[in-house]
Amino acid sequence: MVATSPITTQTDNPLQDGRKRAMLLAALYIAQEQFGWLSEEAIQRVAERLNLTVGQVKSTASFYTMFKLQPQGKYRIQVCEGLSCYLVGGAEPIINYIAEKLGIQPGETTPDGKFTLEVVQCLAACGTAPAVKVNDELYENMTFSAIDQLLERLQQEN
Amino acid sequence: MFEPVLTRNIHRPNSEKIYTYLANGGYEAVRLALTKSPDELIDIVKRSGLRGRGGAGFPAGVKWGFMPKDPNVPKIVAVNTDEGEPGTFKDREIVERDPHQVIEGVIIASYAVGAHRAYVYIRGEFFLGVKRWIKAIADAYEHGFLGKNILGSGFDLDMSVHRGAGAYICGEETAMLESLEGKPGNPRLKPPYPAQVGLFGYPTLVHNIETLACIPHIILRGAEWFASIGTAESKGPKIFSVSGHVNRPGNYELPLGTTIGEIIYEHAGGIRNGKKLKAVIPGGASTPVLTAEHVNVPMAFETLAAVGSQLGTGAMIVMDETTCMVEVARRLTKFFAHESCGRCVPCRLGSRRLYEILERIERGKGKPADLDLALELAREIDGLTFCPMGSALVNPARSTIERFREEYDYHLTNKKCLVGNSTHEPILRE
Ligand SMILES: Cc1cc2nc3c(=O)[nH]c(=O)nc-3n(C[C@H](O)[C@H](O)[C@H](O)COP(=O)(O)O)c2cc1C
Ligand code: SF4
Ligand code: FES
Repeated sequence: MVATSPITTQTDNPLQDGRKRAMLLAALYIAQEQFGWLSEEAIQRVAERLNLTVGQVKSTASFYTMFKLQPQGKYRIQVCEGLSCYLVGGAEPIINYIAEKLGIQPGETTPDGKFTLEVVQCLAACGTAPAVKVNDELYENMTFSAIDQLLERLQQEN
Repeated sequence: MFEPVLTRNIHRPNSEKIYTYLANGGYEAVRLALTKSPDELIDIVKRSGLRGRGGAGFPAGVKWGFMPKDPNVPKIVAVNTDEGEPGTFKDREIVERDPHQVIEGVIIASYAVGAHRAYVYIRGEFFLGVKRWIKAIADAYEHGFLGKNILGSGFDLDMSVHRGAGAYICGEETAMLESLEGKPGNPRLKPPYPAQVGLFGYPTLVHNIETLACIPHIILRGAEWFASIGTAESKGPKIFSVSGHVNRPGNYELPLGTTIGEIIYEHAGGIRNGKKLKAVIPGGASTPVLTAEHVNVPMAFETLAAVGSQLGTGAMIVMDETTCMVEVARRLTKFFAHESCGRCVPCRLGSRRLYEILERIERGKGKPADLDLALELAREIDGLTFCPMGSALVNPARSTIERFREEYDYHLTNKKCLVGNSTHEPILRE
């Protein structure tokens, strides 16, 4: 698996030292990658490592949509409902299509823990709409048959 | 024929790699800039007429001049790549396909304002961009463009990537600073402006990524060259994102001042399926809608302001005659209601109430008084919120009511869309 830790350049810059809180988003990404989501335990661990209070960590974690405070499916399918996607036939038709195929509503996870369906805002792929993301991977110019193929492929992967 | 400047490399194979950038004249501007004095550079950027590409259009050179001169005050440059406003997809292209062009711009800006630390704030969803920047920055260090004593000039600069985590409001510059500090992205009160009190309390120069991408070209080709492109008050090349009902959606780099009609019909291939143009949102979701009558309006700050809209990010959402404008307003308002950071009441609650009114009208459940109610609500939000989000969020509703009133009236009278199809979905969850 690819590391998602965002801050990589190792510098001895004084502006960064002693400002551990600035590492919080990065730390939350790392924890989320390890545990799959941010459980109480994961949040506790991040707080200890960065010398922050649990409250500080929680207030940040809950602000950002990409941090998950509930268990997630292995594949998070994120469908854009933005205007540009809607104009070219995306958004609800795609959301409903996937919801029906997987038998879950947006926000839910399949019982086998494989898929979570999520409705998201603009993915900055409006010129290649409709856009769908699965975990960190972007899929553009989506059609129903492309969705069929995508879901089939993910079903077969372990 | 206009030769692309900012996007000249993005279609090359391996455009994101440092060797591709170097093979095409990359990092020559840094060499040249380091032979000039910081004040000279600030003067060049001022004379170029470059204005911010992040939405507000503030003159870049003027902002550089606001940074304190005292060399003992640590200063920071922060790159804003939180692009997330529906319709806008230019920054993702730059961040993924030509990171070095921006790194070069950041080095020059940092040298000019005396900053030794730079951060690139990349929207969390842009995972490919984050990965490519981590590599690009490492390569720039290896080649001596970053780190200590850059190219033997005595100037030091460190740079790192910061990955956002999903929040449109973090594109607002002070919310971005909060996020860089590891906090929830609630905007700060201005003044003080970031150039006075910014990241960790230090003076910080914040720029959109496209603004910084212009810098190497201004240095190499000169302020006069840049100022010769565009209109009286809008200079230089601009990347226009075109989406919606056009044959060839995509990013088109053209001079500022190119007309809406030229972009739609000559570059984006015209309206799909031979349909008629109905409406254009010219600068991203937060800018007021225009009608087909506006096709001859140049895409520039002053010309769009003259017709009651804004250049914003230059992201054109094109809509044909089959589009229901009530649904457009509903969907965009839902976006803003979802993205309100919740700090102040007019934005947090006002956006939801506005959304509910539009939802009701769209579903054929609207009341005759709803339009006045929506406009009154817009007045109570616009300009009365903690950050400029309030003014942004009222634009879809207000401008569609003003310019497509008959569609609202039709909904209210006939309990359905003038143009037929539309999708309905549950009321926004609180
Ligand atoms: C709600 C809101 C969202 C914004 N989102 C962005 C954004 O995603 N990217 C951006 O560069 N500027 C965004 N801005 C504008 C920034 O606050 C700021 O003006 C800009 O980054 C300054 O850079 P510039 O001078 O190069 O344009 C946003 C502003 C507001 C009010
Ligand atoms: S206007 Fe909206 S986004 Fe801005 S501070 Fe208030 S609640 Fe937050
Ligand atoms: S509206 Fe769907 S990607 Fe922008």
